[in-house]
Amino acid sequence: MDGFAHQIIAGIATGGIYASVALALVMIYQATHHVNFAQGEMATLSTFIAWAMVEAGIPYWLAFVATVLVSFIIGVLVERLLMRPVQNAPVLTHVGVFIGLLLIVGNMTGWIFGYTTKVFPSPFTSSGPLMGGLISAHELGSTAVTLVVLTLVFLFFRYTSLGLAMRAAAYNPRSARLVGIRVGWMLALGWGLAAAIGAVAGMMVAPVVFLDPTMMTGILLYAFAGALIGGIDNPLGAVIGGFAVGVLENLAGAYVVGTELKLTVALAIIIGVLVVRPSGLLGRVVASRV
Amino acid sequence: MTLHRRALLTGGVAALALPNLAPAQEAPGVTANEIRIGSTNALSGPASSYSVISRCLTAMFKRLNDQGGVGGKQVNFIVYDDAYTPPRTLEQTRRLVEQDKVAFLFNQLGTPTNSAIHRYVNQRKVPHLFLATGADKWAQPQEYPWTMGWQPSYRTEAQIYTKHILEQRPQAKIGVLYQNDDFGKDYVNGVRDVLGARFDSMVKLVSHEATDATIDSQIVTLQGSGVDALICGIIPRFAAQAIRKVFDIGWKPALMFMTNVSVSGSIVMQPAGAEKGVGLITSDYRKDQSDPSWADDPGMNEWRDFMRRYIPDGELGDNNYTYGYGAASTMIQVLRQCGTNFSRDNVMKQATSIAPLEIGTLLPGVKVSTTPTNYHPIRHMQLQRWDGRSWVRFGNVIEGANV
Amino acid sequence: MSASENIPLPAGLTAAARPSLAGWQRGLLVVAGAVVAIAPAFLLESFQLFQLTTAVIMGLAVLGLNMVTGYNGQISLGHGAFYALGAYSTAILMSHLDWSFWATLPVSAAVCGLVGYGIGFPALRLGGLYLALTTFSLAVAVPQILKYKAFEDWTGGVQGLFLVKPDAPAWLPGELTSDQWMYFVAVIVAAACFLLCWNLIRGRIGRALMATRDHPVAAEAMGMDIATLKTRAFAVSAMVTGIAGSLSAVAIEFVAPDSFSLMVSITLFVGMVVGGVASILGSLFGGLFVIFVPNIAEAISKAAPGVIYGIILIAFLFILPDGFAGLLRRIAGRLRRRG
Repeated sequence: MDGFAHQIIAGIATGGIYASVALALVMIYQATHHVNFAQGEMATLSTFIAWAMVEAGIPYWLAFVATVLVSFIIGVLVERLLMRPVQNAPVLTHVGVFIGLLLIVGNMTGWIFGYTTKVFPSPFTSSGPLMGGLISAHELGSTAVTLVVLTLVFLFFRYTSLGLAMRAAAYNPRSARLVGIRVGWMLALGWGLAAAIGAVAGMMVAPVVFLDPTMMTGILLYAFAGALIGGIDNPLGAVIGGFAVGVLENLAGAYVVGTELKLTVALAIIIGVLVVRPSGLLGRVVASRV
Repeated sequence: MTLHRRALLTGGVAALALPNLAPAQEAPGVTANEIRIGSTNALSGPASSYSVISRCLTAMFKRLNDQGGVGGKQVNFIVYDDAYTPPRTLEQTRRLVEQDKVAFLFNQLGTPTNSAIHRYVNQRKVPHLFLATGADKWAQPQEYPWTMGWQPSYRTEAQIYTKHILEQRPQAKIGVLYQNDDFGKDYVNGVRDVLGARFDSMVKLVSHEATDATIDSQIVTLQGSGVDALICGIIPRFAAQAIRKVFDIGWKPALMFMTNVSVSGSIVMQPAGAEKGVGLITSDYRKDQSDPSWADDPGMNEWRDFMRRYIPDGELGDNNYTYGYGAASTMIQVLRQCGTNFSRDNVMKQATSIAPLEIGTLLPGVKVSTTPTNYHPIRHMQLQRWDGRSWVRFGNVIEGANV
Repeated sequence: MSASENIPLPAGLTAAARPSLAGWQRGLLVVAGAVVAIAPAFLLESFQLFQLTTAVIMGLAVLGLNMVTGYNGQISLGHGAFYALGAYSTAILMSHLDWSFWATLPVSAAVCGLVGYGIGFPALRLGGLYLALTTFSLAVAVPQILKYKAFEDWTGGVQGLFLVKPDAPAWLPGELTSDQWMYFVAVIVAAACFLLCWNLIRGRIGRALMATRDHPVAAEAMGMDIATLKTRAFAVSAMVTGIAGSLSAVAIEFVAPDSFSLMVSITLFVGMVVGGVASILGSLFGGLFVIFVPNIAEAISKAAPGVIYGIILIAFLFILPDGFAGLLRRIAGRLRRRG
């Protein structure tokens, strides 16, 4: 039974990683009604930028803030330069642009920063291992960061007029424009915020999994799954979904089918959940008028 | 291309002027002043970390050309991207052989990718030399006489570990943590080779996917099943995770082995925490460039000099550079042995008759050698243990595992 | 996400233009098409012919995706799964049971059609993005399933399976090389599938498919059985992509889990978008694009070909947001206005 508890704790630790990336996905969905396939690669690039700053001797928290700002700007630029020209194109073309972005950012990171595994520092340290080494101070700290970001996102969208305007711009651009919202800038802002949250997620993930250009590739898949299980339009759902996927895959791998099929089983469960609840566990069911 | 055309043109003029003296082009890929060599590597996509190998090979041939080339010819090394996908490898290899008309193929990356062209190159009788993969299947002189690997196979490495375990702890419960692909499964096969019928009762297998975020769950499972000798066939990022996790949860397996793919001091051991890996065992054939004991080694200094002059912006910690240096040195030796005859038959003949050769980036006592029946250029390895600062070799240099 | 709203409506335009072609004009087009299809076999070198063969196969796979995503509006990011299924069906039958390639085709088509039909049911419940990501996870899971030890005896596990190209039949006049014959095999099979899809699309079924894509509620109100249509669209789509997979298995003469990574699904999707969503001819162009453009990218930069490919892709979509087919439609529209 000891092993069982250990698997769950390890799952929660990994789930925290998925949750933080899932949150970034939900963020961009809230703000643009898109899911950005290049999100993981952009987060990795941001983390490398932070790594380069720390290597250059800049204090951690200064580098952290600077990276978040730089990532925000990158996000805004991507929207202005890459998404704006195709805004009237079919949705499938947008997905094509995301794939192009994925190829560009994914291949650029290794080209610029090299491919070797790098150590990324953690701001959270402890004198000894916690809970028998199953969870580290960093994992606790990064979970706290994820929860703080979640709270901020929730408050931003719920209680600020800017948040409301962003949601309106994504939900119904035409009506939003009629009431005087600058829809284009709202979308750019959404991209910037998503890139910034992605950067935070990357900096929280890197100390655990070690930094290299493919760091996020696998994580993004699980984050998608978490966001879908929770409901792609619900930040809290995404966080819960991320943790659920982490625990689920560990239990499936350790006790049900063995590690060789754990990914497959985790995905099958996700499909099962979605068939029963097509909008995710906490997602809003949208009824459309005819 | 223009250069090539001009060469043809002058060649043609020469042929007109002196019809009896100009020999017909005697071998594919060989012109009056050039020998063309082809390769494929993952220049794009998730496996592109290996692209530094072809960068290193290109620089090595540039150095050779700067030193005057070989047999009076310059080497033209052509690398194409296959993104580590077998269909693309076939396409690019056919481009090299049929369109670029290379003399032979050298150090193509990957097991599934080389599998896709294995039959093609052997049907065409194109030398397919010193592949960048540690699979066991490249040494079949009878069936596939044109294909040859370079590094010791992963399977042999796993056999060495297993034999060491049986010597030290005959009743051990062996755990194998492996990446679920051809690379990882070779470690499982090697353990099975040695244990035979005892495999099922002695071994706990746990795999992970390259897309996994962490391998914490796998480590917990292995610890829970009473494993006291752990063999890891995993890539550097996961190796660093595994070393750290095993230490952090207070698990002290009596013996822990790490594939020599993932034992670099600067890429694996330091990130994991140098003190957390004390006692870890590996069996390697290369010198680790971040190991202080090689700081004044003449062979490594030559490599450092090469890096400084030809790849000044390369990451010195990346051991793909020492790998590429060794592979290219072997290839250049074969070219020198060819003299002036670079026909495919002669290249293959020379590649299968390398007298024991020492290379600066390989461990002392590790020699490259081949014969027409021995297609394993490197068979030597030596066990070594991490002491918290560097790798300390112990025992003799082991040749093969003699299962 | 209402992906369907923005997908262009080509069929109405092209259908309106078509009756104006006289019988002899149509005959001429067919002859010209046949010449264009056959000529490369005798004009190109064997390597280029091989490349063209793979491009035709890719085009066929893109066509399959287009049937369900382009014409029916169900976004699939997992068609690489059907491509793999077709390839492995053929490879297993040929290498374990010594079947001839032609005999494996109906089996592969049936297997893929059935699995596609099965996937179509959960797909009914999932809209837009959820379906896209569910199919995406299917593509992620495929290599893992192919490697699974329980199937290893059949699939060859991580080592994969080897097979041999079909030989040109003896009754054919002249000596065809195996590359030439493989090209004809690909062209014949692809042409049959393209014809089949074209017939489906321009008829009653095609209109129903597009109606369910564009106005599901209205379509249902008019008595269409949306569930049946959608699941069958998935079945046909999976079948066509699966047949392309079968062809790729013999053309490459090797299948392995690494040949069917996530990138295959992404490549098919790229092929569909650049070729033009909901376009039959565009699918063929998409196949050419995904095979040849990476080589162009590589010729531009050896250091980072992936970056260049991404840039070319985005630039292409900027210039032609509705793909190659959109360009054709615009040209056709201009010609008609002038005439």
